[in-house]
Amino acid sequence: MIDEELVQLLTPEGERVENSEYESTLNGDEIFGFYRDMVIIRRLCNESTSLQRQGQLALWAPVQGQEAAQIGAGRALAPMDFTFPTYREHGIAWCRGVPPENMLRLFRAVSNGGWDPQKYRHSVPTVVLGSQTLHAVGYAMGIQRDGAEEAAMAFFGDGASSQGDVMEAFVWAASFNAPVVFFCQNNQWGISTPSTVQSKIPLYHRAHGFGFPGVRVDGNDVLAVYEVTKRALDSARVGGGPTLIEAYTYRIGAHTTSDDPTRYRIDAEVEVWKHRDPVERVKALLVHEYKVKNADFDGVAAEAETMALKLREDVLAMSRPDPITMFDNAYAAPHPLIEEGRREMIDLGISGGEL
Amino acid sequence: MTTTMTMAKALNEGLRRAMEKDPKVLLMGEDIGRLGGVFRITDGLQKDFGEDRVVDTPLSESAIVGTAVGLAIRGYRAVCEIQFDGFVYPAFDQIVSQVAKMHKRSDGAYKMAMVIRIPFQGGIGAIEHHSESPEPYFAQTAGLRVVSCSTPNDAYWMIQQSIEHDDPIIFCEPKCRYWEKGEVDLESPPSGLFDAVVRREGTDVTLIAYGASVKTALRAAETAAVEGTSIEVIDTRSIAPLDIGLMAKSLEKTGRVVVVQESPHTASIGSEIVSELTQRCFYSLKAPGIRVSGYHVPYPPTRIEEDYRPSVDRILDAVDRVMGFES
Repeated sequence: MIDEELVQLLTPEGERVENSEYESTLNGDEIFGFYRDMVIIRRLCNESTSLQRQGQLALWAPVQGQEAAQIGAGRALAPMDFTFPTYREHGIAWCRGVPPENMLRLFRAVSNGGWDPQKYRHSVPTVVLGSQTLHAVGYAMGIQRDGAEEAAMAFFGDGASSQGDVMEAFVWAASFNAPVVFFCQNNQWGISTPSTVQSKIPLYHRAHGFGFPGVRVDGNDVLAVYEVTKRALDSARVGGGPTLIEAYTYRIGAHTTSDDPTRYRIDAEVEVWKHRDPVERVKALLVHEYKVKNADFDGVAAEAETMALKLREDVLAMSRPDPITMFDNAYAAPHPLIEEGRREMIDLGISGGEL
Repeated sequence: MTTTMTMAKALNEGLRRAMEKDPKVLLMGEDIGRLGGVFRITDGLQKDFGEDRVVDTPLSESAIVGTAVGLAIRGYRAVCEIQFDGFVYPAFDQIVSQVAKMHKRSDGAYKMAMVIRIPFQGGIGAIEHHSESPEPYFAQTAGLRVVSCSTPNDAYWMIQQSIEHDDPIIFCEPKCRYWEKGEVDLESPPSGLFDAVVRREGTDVTLIAYGASVKTALRAAETAAVEGTSIEVIDTRSIAPLDIGLMAKSLEKTGRVVVVQESPHTASIGSEIVSELTQRCFYSLKAPGIRVSGYHVPYPPTRIEEDYRPSVDRILDAVDRVMGFES
């Protein structure tokens, strides 16, 4: 056990665990659905890494190892909730319905965002980490003013937990009892900085100092993540205020494709975490408790393969945008410098676009 | 119908009217509720609109702006009060990296309709961080707009126009003019939010200013008139974008330009104005454009601030210099 208060419902071997506060409410079909989600996200991630290695993406931020944390949290959300991600929340985006090719527009360097955040109720990627936690709190304050039974959820990691904005978000969420859930994926590494440098106490303990509950959940246990997140969201929606969830997990891959983790961490550590794989433990459960057959797992693998192929085609089809589009949506209302820039670009023959 | 009131009261009335018109408008800031703000700009508004619409916030500027982003996504229009100019920097990331870029990042799905009110410039004898001119930082950032009022009438109308606007606006209030009275037309706005206006007509020199410097410029123009120099005073009102067209028209007439500002002149609004005007009016120029600015030092202890801020004498000296060039 990582921590005696760690909420875990499924061991790395796929055995169920009794927990005094939480029990799994999921049936076999739902668990199989989560398994499918995780396999697809892992395949999406691997395909994206390949695309980057082949020069088709500027960058990729792998999510391998964190699939359970993201699918468990993502599937606990209600349709009307609103999520505020970093740039690594591919599993959350998947659960919100964002098409995979849209997730890659940022990394293909054809957009600073990639999807319609209002349509999917999933905000744009945040690269200056921590900022998004305040956006979530503000959105939650709007929910309060509308009298709606909805919640906002902010995603961040152990690295961003040291940002001042995250502290301010905690203060405000507590002061206004905002319907927000802070979901911290402690994947142990902020690029090369270990989480032990970010905090001398377990991160979830910080919540108590701000006056709201904190929970540490096994981030590689999709059943536990789902139940813990669902309870926090349910509480937030009915006036229970904020919760900090620390999903204790591990970044199996590099920080991004520009990173070289062999410079700062040892293989043995990675191997330990590979034995705690989030996908394999659910598969083990599905085999021995629900008698799911190999053919069904093969079906998921085939589906993931098809999706990866389509993703590759979609990414390769994303061509360089017309340069004149850089002027689009810089402002909502007409602006003389935007008109000036557009005109200059057209005069120089850089773009065939219209004024 | 016109009535006389201070700029502080005009801002208060403008905020009140905006809140009456649109239930999505809400105010956020430190001490703005029961206290009415340290300058009393929001006096009485919490009593009338409630704590949900006039929000006394914890002491965290980044959060005041950062939560306004979330509220904007939800369809609200937050008016954030930054207590003093020098306190805006903790919110710099939210303003520059989030507020300014969210519309673009979301491909237009988000409107960042919000106003960030900043009492700026000096002249009140305060301690450090209470007298600064941060507007050039924001004017340089694409995605933002920056405006400043110099009269109670503009204060009343420009705050309402800013709140109604769909882009984020940095609203700079010349705090040393808060308590000066002027006529306010309660029925119709004097002009568009981004229009510059001619405050005094003249033929020899175009004197351009914004915020608190407008009044100083007008006093300089009066003095110059006694000495026989006719000065046209332009209030830029909008700092970004600049209404360069109106300024160019004036310069084509006068051939000489002086810009007044309290910020240091390196990479300043005055630099931008002089550069743009030189490009547009090169053949009309009778002298190089001159900036009268704060010096390139941290804002000084305020016992000596009047030797830092552009004074009538320093403006007249610049006027003499541009008048001294012969083509």
